[in-house]
Amino acid sequence: MAADSTLLLSLVEEFVSGLQDSKAKDTATGVKDGKFTVLQLVEALGQSLTSSQSHTRARGVQLLSEVLQECYGSLTETEVEVLIAFYENRLKDHYVITPPVLRGLGALTKCTVLPPGSAVSMLRSLFQDVHVQSLMLAERACVYNMLINLMATREAELKGLGADFVFGFVQSMDGERDPRNLLLAFQIAKNIVLRGYDLGKFAEELFEVTSCYFPIDFSPPPNDPHGITKEELIQMLRDVLTGTPRFAEFLLPLIIEKLDSDVQSSKLDSLQTLTAAVSQYEHKDLAEFLEGLWASLRREVFQTASEKIESAGLAALTALTSCLSRSVLNSDSEDYLSTFLDLVLKDCKHHLSEPDLKLVWPSAKLLQAACSASNRASYIITAAVMPSLIDQYNSRAQANITGEESVFLAFRPSLCCMVFSALTETNASLQITASSVLTSLAQQRGLLLDSDINLAVDHLTRLVLTENDAEVSLAVVECAGALAALHPAAFITKLIPRLKKEMFSEPMDHDNERTVSERHSYHAVRQRCLSALAAVSSQPSSVGFSVVEVVLACRSLQRIAEQVQDTEETGRCFHDIIIPRLLSLALQAALQGEGSPGHRSPLVEEAVLSAMVPVISTSCSRLQPTLAGQTALRAVSLFLNGDVSFLPDNSFPSHIQLLKKQRGDSWSQSQMVCLLMGCVCSLPRSVEVPQIEELLSELEEMSCACSHPLSYTSAAKCFAGLVNKRPQGDSLDSQIQSSVKRVCRELDSASASVRTQAFTFMIWVAKALLLRYHPLFTTLTDKLFSLLDDADLGPMAADGFTLLMSDSADILNRSCHADVRIMYRQRFFSENSDKLVQGFNAAPQEKKPNYLKALSNIVNTLPKQVQVTELPKLLSLLLEALSCPDQGVQLSTLSCLQPVIMDPPPVLVQQLEALVSRLLALTSSPAMVLPFRARVLRALARPLDDRKRLVRSEAVKARGQWFLLGSPGGS
Amino acid sequence: MSGGTSLENANPVIFERSGERLLTATDENEDVHDPIDDREIFDILFLHLIRSINDPEHPLSLEELNVVEQVRVKVNDAESTVGIEFTPTIPHCSMATLIGLSIKVKLLRSLPDRFKIDVHITPGSHASEEAVNKQLADKERVAAALENSSLLEVVNQCLTPRDI
Repeated sequence: MAADSTLLLSLVEEFVSGLQDSKAKDTATGVKDGKFTVLQLVEALGQSLTSSQSHTRARGVQLLSEVLQECYGSLTETEVEVLIAFYENRLKDHYVITPPVLRGLGALTKCTVLPPGSAVSMLRSLFQDVHVQSLMLAERACVYNMLINLMATREAELKGLGADFVFGFVQSMDGERDPRNLLLAFQIAKNIVLRGYDLGKFAEELFEVTSCYFPIDFSPPPNDPHGITKEELIQMLRDVLTGTPRFAEFLLPLIIEKLDSDVQSSKLDSLQTLTAAVSQYEHKDLAEFLEGLWASLRREVFQTASEKIESAGLAALTALTSCLSRSVLNSDSEDYLSTFLDLVLKDCKHHLSEPDLKLVWPSAKLLQAACSASNRASYIITAAVMPSLIDQYNSRAQANITGEESVFLAFRPSLCCMVFSALTETNASLQITASSVLTSLAQQRGLLLDSDINLAVDHLTRLVLTENDAEVSLAVVECAGALAALHPAAFITKLIPRLKKEMFSEPMDHDNERTVSERHSYHAVRQRCLSALAAVSSQPSSVGFSVVEVVLACRSLQRIAEQVQDTEETGRCFHDIIIPRLLSLALQAALQGEGSPGHRSPLVEEAVLSAMVPVISTSCSRLQPTLAGQTALRAVSLFLNGDVSFLPDNSFPSHIQLLKKQRGDSWSQSQMVCLLMGCVCSLPRSVEVPQIEELLSELEEMSCACSHPLSYTSAAKCFAGLVNKRPQGDSLDSQIQSSVKRVCRELDSASASVRTQAFTFMIWVAKALLLRYHPLFTTLTDKLFSLLDDADLGPMAADGFTLLMSDSADILNRSCHADVRIMYRQRFFSENSDKLVQGFNAAPQEKKPNYLKALSNIVNTLPKQVQVTELPKLLSLLLEALSCPDQGVQLSTLSCLQPVIMDPPPVLVQQLEALVSRLLALTSSPAMVLPFRARVLRALARPLDDRKRLVRSEAVKARGQWFLLGSPGGS
Repeated sequence: MSGGTSLENANPVIFERSGERLLTATDENEDVHDPIDDREIFDILFLHLIRSINDPEHPLSLEELNVVEQVRVKVNDAESTVGIEFTPTIPHCSMATLIGLSIKVKLLRSLPDRFKIDVHITPGSHASEEAVNKQLADKERVAAALENSSLLEVVNQCLTPRDI
């Protein structure tokens, strides 16, 4: 032990007085090996530590410090406490002692057994007694390392120091120049900022002391052994500056100022710092600087010199926008996002409309950057920009004959993403806008990929099925309609089957347990499905959404009725569900309309009923025989006997009499006869309609007595449809004869309206008989011809021939299983043309037009080959018709004559003079000949290739003139 | 000059008008097939178009300016092809496209469908010859141009016969 102490003393002596630095190492080894303790060392040092020579004291402290650096790990808490007290005291000593003291303290801060409170007292002495910046490089580093060590292990204690710690640090690093030390200092500052030390009132000081290095301009000396790079410094400083929103008010003006700099690297650093900063900030930190920041960003992108700066600027804009979008607004603060985007839009939007100018690209990039920040931002921006872009695109596409690549191509993914996310929002107006944007996108040919379309269809399907908001579903349906016209495949494979399933599956588990609201929502869903189906299955031209939704529903039902497979199941679906439901809805509406004439349901409108008729008739015409029989029975018993038992929602009064004359001549019930017509007139001929006698007489009565046009016309048509299918026999004949008598009686009436009704009835019955070659038809024909001379009914009779000769859409056609004989038109013509000519010759001058009109109506419906052979006989009459003042007559006559003129028979050649002069008279009015333009041009194409040049030359002249007719710049 | 704008080609070279085609006996003979020949095409243009194209710069018809010459009209009736070369009055004539379009439209309207019509600028006679030729050869661009009502109006005005 004594030997050890001698050894120790000699080591101390050699180190302190002999200035042999290596002895420190030996001493440390000795302490580590346990040869002597630190306490013994201090005792041995006693002399030197109390020496009056400051250099000796310094040497002594240095030895102690160096030993401590080696073996701080083995110290006990008491030893540490003593040593710290000693060192703190030494800090007040001569300045030459300070460096070893600091080193010693530095070693002690690494101790794990640091007693509580010692860190605080150490720092207090340090900040109080040492002026860091007057120390040498290594000592400064030592101070910084001490701070770092203490911050790592004694964070809670240091935080107890409060703002004093920050102030002390600020003072210590103020003026630091060495990059190595700066790295350490920045590390400390970063810890202060990020770990939530209390900045107190020293936030600005801390910012000042660090931000004075911004932007970092440092080029390491060649062969720098420390390997410090500029990037390292920049990153460290950026972490400090952007670490807390409390710096925002200082940092943002600084960035705006530095962006004005001409140095590229400082611009870049500023932009990147801004990007990093705003990720921590809230809108209130940014609020007052938005304008300045935007001005700088805009300038950097608009007048950019380098791609790097531009992309940094765009990134900053994105970060800024997303910061603003992220913030939670107070009720009283303004929406900074929209304020900011208003600024952006104000400066960028108008550039977009001048695509030839330089600024359009930067503007687009800026908008895109802002757009990509958040859903809200993209919504605001696209809503503002998209319409004008689309307009512009469309107008440019027109201006350029060749199509150009879609300008949106580059934005497709973000646009799609934006639209789809907007569609999933709950905000109605957002959804509406999104669907209209989607429509616009889809209209850009080649823009959307198949996968996008599929996704869009999925979204639309979901919305159709679940969205209850009327406006949204309208927009969605409209969008679906537009998309379906462009991308039918996706809709056929996805949307339509889904909707069909929805529509058909529900009725199957339909039961009476459902509550009213459920039922209502089910109806609403079905209604939407129907309108969506109608929208997607029609060409966009035929469906504008101006027509009532119900009509759409009916149309789509009709489509389904036309296109479904003829299976028992679908037939049953129509028979059990659709037809009763339609009848029920119509009846309900009719009964309601009775009570309150003010608000009538759309279901009593003629348009809706007329749309329902084809649904019923199409489905009835395809029913299986047994079902058809049942349907007929039900319909007849409903209309004749008021039997409502088969209707759903059975809450109807028991005394319904649909075919009887209503009180006050109300027509809302009587017009429902058109539904009866749709039902019974389209059934297969094998189906026997029950109670037919009674039904016919009711219908006859109604068509003669009810003054409502739809009611009496439908009754007449229904009558005609039934008569057409009734089996030949006495009962039919007597029925017809009595009806004809009735008609004749009514026609003799004085009242114009009664006569019109009787005439309507007659013409439909006549048609029914004509189609089946019924012998009694001639009676009616004669009556009809005689009416041509009638002062009031003459023109109507002439028009009636069109009805006789042409196919009618709803009844008396082959798809309704009507009895239609072949060539009935030719037969009618050959039987009656003579009568017509005689009638014409005998008629007084003012009645002749009626005959001409009738004639041209008949001839016009004949097949062309018949026309050509039959016309010569009638030529003089037709020529007469050409000079008839009625435009309709002229038109139909001209179209009769046209094929004949193309291949003129000898008769025509004789009449050429008359023909040409009449044609010339007609050509004087362009409106008159305009309808023929296309046909004439087609016809004149042939003589262009005539073998004779003279013919060709005339054809060229004529065709040239016809081309100019009615064309802009022509005559 | 009284007008504010100056003419692009103030002093054009004027060529003599060619005479009418003489009617021969075979023309009236129904049994003889007259093939479509160069002169006929030229006459179509000459009678109905060239004379009437209302060059806003000149009161002269395009024939007098030698825009279309008979030697530059090539017809093959058997193969159903027509080729026309037209010569703009000056190499920078801004009317070249319009003249070409008018010629094309006139022929489209005046010839049977079977003909393939090729209208182009006489090589070396116009500054942007290639661009104009390309436009005229593109069926879709011609069709689209004619859907533009203001353009159609100008073309139709060119095709409206004037009383000379």
